[in-house]
Amino acid sequence: MALLEIKNLHVSVDGKKILNGLNLTVEKGQVAAIMGPNGSGKSTLAHVLAGKDDYEITEGSVLFEGEDLLSLSPDERAAKGVFLAFQYPLEIPGVATMMFLRTALNAQRKKRGQEELSAPDFNRRVFDAAAKLGIERDMLRRGVNVGFSGGEKKRNEVLQMALLEPKLAVLDETDSGLDIDALKIVSDGVNRLRSPERSFVVITHYQRLLDYIVPDVVHVLSKGRIVRTGGKELALELEAKGYAQYQEEMA
Amino acid sequence: MAEMAVIKTPAETALSVAFATAKGKLPGAAALRETAFKRFETAGLPHRRVEEWKYTDLRALMRDAKPLAPPPDAAAKARASNAGAAFAAVEGRRIVLVDGAFVPELSDLAGLEPGLTIRSMAHALATGDAAVATRLGQVVPTDNVAVALNTALMRDGVVIEVAPGAALARPLHLVFFNAGGAPAAVFTRSLAVIGKAARAMLIESHEGVAEADYQVNTALEIAVGDEAHVDHIKITGGGAGTLHVSSLMAAIGAHARFNEFLFTTAAAVVRNQLFVHFKGEETVAGIRGATLLNGKQHADTTLVADHVAGACISREVFKTVLDGESRGVFQGKIIVAPQAQKTDAKMSAHALLLSEEAEADSKPELEIFADDVQCGHGSTAGALDDDLLFYLKARGIPHKEAESLMIQAFVGEAVDGIEHAGLRDTLIDHVAAWLKTRE
Ligand SMILES: Nc1ncnc2c1ncn2[C@@H]1O[C@H](COP(=O)(O)OP(=O)(O)OP(=O)(O)O)[C@@H](O)[C@H]1O
Ligand SMILES: [Mg+2]
Repeated sequence: MALLEIKNLHVSVDGKKILNGLNLTVEKGQVAAIMGPNGSGKSTLAHVLAGKDDYEITEGSVLFEGEDLLSLSPDERAAKGVFLAFQYPLEIPGVATMMFLRTALNAQRKKRGQEELSAPDFNRRVFDAAAKLGIERDMLRRGVNVGFSGGEKKRNEVLQMALLEPKLAVLDETDSGLDIDALKIVSDGVNRLRSPERSFVVITHYQRLLDYIVPDVVHVLSKGRIVRTGGKELALELEAKGYAQYQEEMA
Repeated sequence: MAEMAVIKTPAETALSVAFATAKGKLPGAAALRETAFKRFETAGLPHRRVEEWKYTDLRALMRDAKPLAPPPDAAAKARASNAGAAFAAVEGRRIVLVDGAFVPELSDLAGLEPGLTIRSMAHALATGDAAVATRLGQVVPTDNVAVALNTALMRDGVVIEVAPGAALARPLHLVFFNAGGAPAAVFTRSLAVIGKAARAMLIESHEGVAEADYQVNTALEIAVGDEAHVDHIKITGGGAGTLHVSSLMAAIGAHARFNEFLFTTAAAVVRNQLFVHFKGEETVAGIRGATLLNGKQHADTTLVADHVAGACISREVFKTVLDGESRGVFQGKIIVAPQAQKTDAKMSAHALLLSEEAEADSKPELEIFADDVQCGHGSTAGALDDDLLFYLKARGIPHKEAESLMIQAFVGEAVDGIEHAGLRDTLIDHVAAWLKTRE
């Protein structure tokens, strides 16, 4: 059974159709890259998977481990193992990062019937994961993402992913805004988490990321549907030729 | 031409009867009481056409006037035996008033620090204590009607004096407990005189049995000496049916520090009025508050910060969380006198609306007569940010818990200004307890 199975998904926002019969299957342990022009619906897909409620799903189904994902609330989805690294992580002043991480992790554990982590155990996990991502302790003491640079916010997303250990991680342009060194650090962070039990959907505009996080499969999303699927060499082709052919095909 | 007849409301009539009947038995200050009551009778209960009371129409809110509370009996005192326990972490010196009467046997009066005196206001009034008589109503003179009513009917309270240079090792914790035997009206008046360069922390917690059906009119005058450091924190809780009107008159000397905090979660109707006078230069003050309401609660904070002397810094930060059909009111006025140059005053009032039916009213005002000042105000009202909530929920945090985190963060901006760690933690717990009631 595939981990994620999206069939004929139609989604609109404020009456505007954005996803238009999208089909996508992600196998267990697979790293799937999604590339596509601006405005093609990549973030919309990511948000719909995470459960944001601004979207109207008019048709189609999404199965996660064979279960209807769309009927679950965002926190239930997270507890089941769905994680979204946001394209634009938000700042939450007044909510301390450590407190946020602990509340999130324990809420998920509780829902899964696991015991809450003790404070020392939790702190150790966070500090270890943060050190690997080059996130300083001082940043963890601040409000969530408050005063973080664009690149630091992205790293913080990967830190959350590392702690929450999802089954499916959707990374929405986690590479954008990263300098060369940070790109390497973040990619290593993702690669460390790769396992036969964990799948990734990596949304990106740049082939360069896929040199570090080598995908099993590359999908092209255009005008709200997957229009082509291929191996990692497809990313190189897109880099060379752009999306013109797909947009014409759709028109 | 016929004179317009002033029609009294039943509550106004009842108050006149109560004053006429009680005045012979109220302790001392007869002339002061008469003048104050005349002021009340002329004005009547304040209503919405009186600008200061625009959002809190006391005349409409006070259907009747409750009978003056009798002195607490043994049963009432017994109910108060545990009062103030929620603030155990503060390790304060507990001073207990039951139904407005100072109860020494419930109060911790042993081993008072040198320079500290605590006595009953009733006794001071009855004996015509000169130190009290010269201060009473003079700390920050006002013709406010609620204060006038308090002056006319005040029965007891505490008089606290901290000698110049004295530093209190423990906070003073005044517990005002409504024992709730029967519907009652309570008028307390207290006075705190903090000497030059003295250090004192004063906590007022207003508590009561849940079913108390009270009308409380409480007033405190604080005179803060030059170079003194005073914290005053007032917590209004207890008695869901209670109408609570409170007035603080604070006059602050030069080079002083003054931190005021109002924490309000309970009573049906609350009016907290603050009259703060900056009388000496280079004082630094924080005037903050957090209010959390639900159901049909109504709470009004009305602040007048009057910069008479120059070069003072004041920060006013008020946070209001409104759920259900509650209504939160903030009126804040900063006055800067012509001679008060170099004043630095910034006021902000923010309301968080958790339901469609809740209402926030805000009226910030600046009246600036000096030209070399830095003053400003900001005011917002709005709901929780859906995108932020989604971010939290996407990490596995359930909706209510995500809301709670954000509400705590919102209120935290004000609560974090409390310097005393034990009290800060206690109030953070109070916020958490309030949030629990939403789940
Ligand atoms: N809340 C909204 N209201 C109206 N239109 C929206 C809303 N959200 C997204 N859209 C529109 O839907 C389309 C798809 O947006 P989406 O963010 O999914 O694109 P994307 O593929 O992630 O683009 P990018 O590569 O620029 O990140 C865009 O045209 C966008 O303007
Ligand atoms: Mg996008």
